Amino acid sequence: MTTDYYKYTFKSLVLLLAQILIVQNIYLGNYIILLPYIAVLIFLPFQIEGITLLIICFFTGGFLDFFYDTSGIHASACLLLGFARRYILKILAPREGYEIGIRPCVEDFNLQWFITYAGTLVLIHHLYFFFLEAFRFNEIFRTLFRVILSSIGTFAMLYALNFLFYKPRQR
Amino acid sequence: MKSLLAFLIKHHFVFVFLLLQALCIWLMSYHKGFQGSHILNSSNAFVGNIYQISQNTSEYFNLKYENQKLSAENALLRNLLLNNYNAAPQKQFIKNDTLYKQQYIYLNAQVVNSSVNKRRNYLTLNIGKHEGVGKDMAVASPIGIIGIVTDVSEHFSSVMSVLHKDTRVNCELKKDGSYGTLIWDGRDYDYCNLTEIPTHAKIKQGDTIITSELSGIFPKGLMVGTIESYERRINEAYYTLRIKLSANLKRVNHVYVIINKMKGERDSLERKAQIQIDN
Repeated sequence: MTTDYYKYTFKSLVLLLAQILIVQNIYLGNYIILLPYIAVLIFLPFQIEGITLLIICFFTGGFLDFFYDTSGIHASACLLLGFARRYILKILAPREGYEIGIRPCVEDFNLQWFITYAGTLVLIHHLYFFFLEAFRFNEIFRTLFRVILSSIGTFAMLYALNFLFYKPRQR
Repeated sequence: MKSLLAFLIKHHFVFVFLLLQALCIWLMSYHKGFQGSHILNSSNAFVGNIYQISQNTSEYFNLKYENQKLSAENALLRNLLLNNYNAAPQKQFIKNDTLYKQQYIYLNAQVVNSSVNKRRNYLTLNIGKHEGVGKDMAVASPIGIIGIVTDVSEHFSSVMSVLHKDTRVNCELKKDGSYGTLIWDGRDYDYCNLTEIPTHAKIKQGDTIITSELSGIFPKGLMVGTIESYERRINEAYYTLRIKLSANLKRVNHVYVIINKMKGERDSLERKAQIQIDN
């Protein structure tokens, strides 16, 4: 169990470094900004919840703020993601609750579950982040366009990262 | 009291969330004036060093483009050399070497990180306080303006790019001096808008736009870009020009930080005048 957490921390750090050194420099036009680092928060095991989750969210976002010069916007958006995650998991929970040892990935549930869970969180995070970043009402449609395109891009990356964080079980 | 405590404990998740969110909002609004300076920024040594390592590796991919740009600038500077000019034919001429005082000093810097596709774009430079960089100094590349320094640490500095939603630069038309404000609308990293150009100015596509001295940050006459198109919006008494920036901010690598030696004197004078007006 503990080694699992160590592995998860290591993979998260690699992903965060990849975000700031590689993904940040990918230029796909002015409307697509990829933020796959939120995979760190989306794939967190179900056991991590409550205040621990919020604190992890805050520091992950704060780390990005240093490198993106956004002074708190990433931290704020990640906090909202952590907050929303708790309620979305409650809504999506099966009747008997989550089984012990089950992981938030495509393999343990199904694609539909993953699209609802990760898709909603990505949309919430991106809506909040881009509107806070632009902070102007006369750019509302341009920002909305940016939110939609970026969400699609980030979600596609999340789907690929799913297999980095959780290897298929051996049967 | 007991029930209040019970309520707090029951909903502690929501309260911790609100508390941390309040902390974030404080971070966002802290020291955020016209040219905001923040606690969380990329001018600190940790972030700067990581970007420096990354830049050292990726620099090689841009060498060709950088060489072309540098040799073009060398050619330009060579043209200004004294031995390209004929000596004045008069026997007498004024030697005015003490009439000039150096006002602007150019420092060479390397860009270790930059972006163009966010709404608030920043660059990180590899020189800082130690080399003499300070807040509110102008940053330009050999072919156009880049931005304004917002934060400095010992060896790194953080620059608010022209492509930032809060950057305002005073610019003017080179041919007749009508001036306006340069604003980025967030659509394309190659274009900016120049607003408030009076309608009596004669504008043609392709005209050159240079910086004006009004803001006190940029020296007069730095290249900004050329006019792509212009329009007069309904109910507005001035033109809005679309400017193609001459500097390519996506590929910027070597830049100059421009120190204005007389900025302190000018600022204190203007502040004094402002106080007299206020009283």
